[in-house]
Amino acid sequence: MHEFSLVVRMLDMAEEAARAQGAERIDAIHLEIGALAGVVPEALEFAFGGAREGTMAEQARLEVAYLPAIAYCAACEGTFELDNRFGIAVCPTCDEPSADLRQGRELHLTHLEVT
Amino acid sequence: MAETVTMRDVRVSPHGTADAHGARVVQVQKSLMSHNDGVAAANREAFRGVLVLNVVSSPGSGKTALLERTVRDLQGDLALAVVVGDLETDNDALRLHAAGAPSVQIVTGTVCHLEAEMVARAVEELDLTHLDVLVIENVGNLVCPASWDLGEDLRVTLLSVTEGEDKPLKYPRIFKDADAVVLNKIDIAEAVGFDRDRALANVRQVAPNARVFELSARTGAGMAPWLAYLRERRTAKRG
Repeated sequence: MHEFSLVVRMLDMAEEAARAQGAERIDAIHLEIGALAGVVPEALEFAFGGAREGTMAEQARLEVAYLPAIAYCAACEGTFELDNRFGIAVCPTCDEPSADLRQGRELHLTHLEVT
Repeated sequence: MAETVTMRDVRVSPHGTADAHGARVVQVQKSLMSHNDGVAAANREAFRGVLVLNVVSSPGSGKTALLERTVRDLQGDLALAVVVGDLETDNDALRLHAAGAPSVQIVTGTVCHLEAEMVARAVEELDLTHLDVLVIENVGNLVCPASWDLGEDLRVTLLSVTEGEDKPLKYPRIFKDADAVVLNKIDIAEAVGFDRDRALANVRQVAPNARVFELSARTGAGMAPWLAYLRERRTAKRG
């Protein structure tokens, strides 16, 4: 349940940004989460439901955009999307395994909707 | 994981100013890990010439047993210290201390992983000046520790033969980011019907560049290449 630690950090960052803009309340928090970020969506929602109490985001929605994992192939100098959830990155063109993950680890707070 | 991108009407005027209800968008564009990553960078700076390992595995894979033997085998050769995280008890720190390494226990309570800040506080209790290797033994967990950079040089992921050959596929992130994968308890591989080739193929698929060590922390079989790796990386770090 490291999702709880993440949500607490997310709420801190969101409140700081909202206050800096003179907002009174946070209506929505938008995240981008990579396919290999190791975050369980249900656990994130559950943690958010508990942690938001008493914060500016008490009534906020959590909007999550999931990003696919993308790796770089040194052989063909191209990128490709992983076709599995196992983190196996084998270039569909060259059949070469890649250890160079270019997208998929993201845990980003992109923007807020505030009032 | 469903590809759900729900972007509701955010009620912002074309000029980006607030609407009649005062609703507006605030751009943040920051990683949730940015605070931890900042502390990890400071740790890395503080560790300077010390080789730092972050050892992760599921509970019971033999992290502490591997470290006990590593500490004993490197005695008089490299100076090691250990920071060890567990939900409860200081049993592991006591074991490692008995093996001959200064050890600091971090009791995380309910937290399922170590964060850079916990490590920063723990190393205050250690004298880093005459240290060659600092080992951070993470909380036994193959999911949560993966996201937290602690300021280490090497991520070492342990897998024991009793856990099943498909662990790398089930927990891809923690294997994908591993610099070294240690396959432990090889002395009982046959008794538990462990399929070595399949396990190694799975490791290779997820982490094609990781160094792989097959050993038994209990009997000492296969320890030599692991110890040589630590010495080699230690020398490389000192530069």
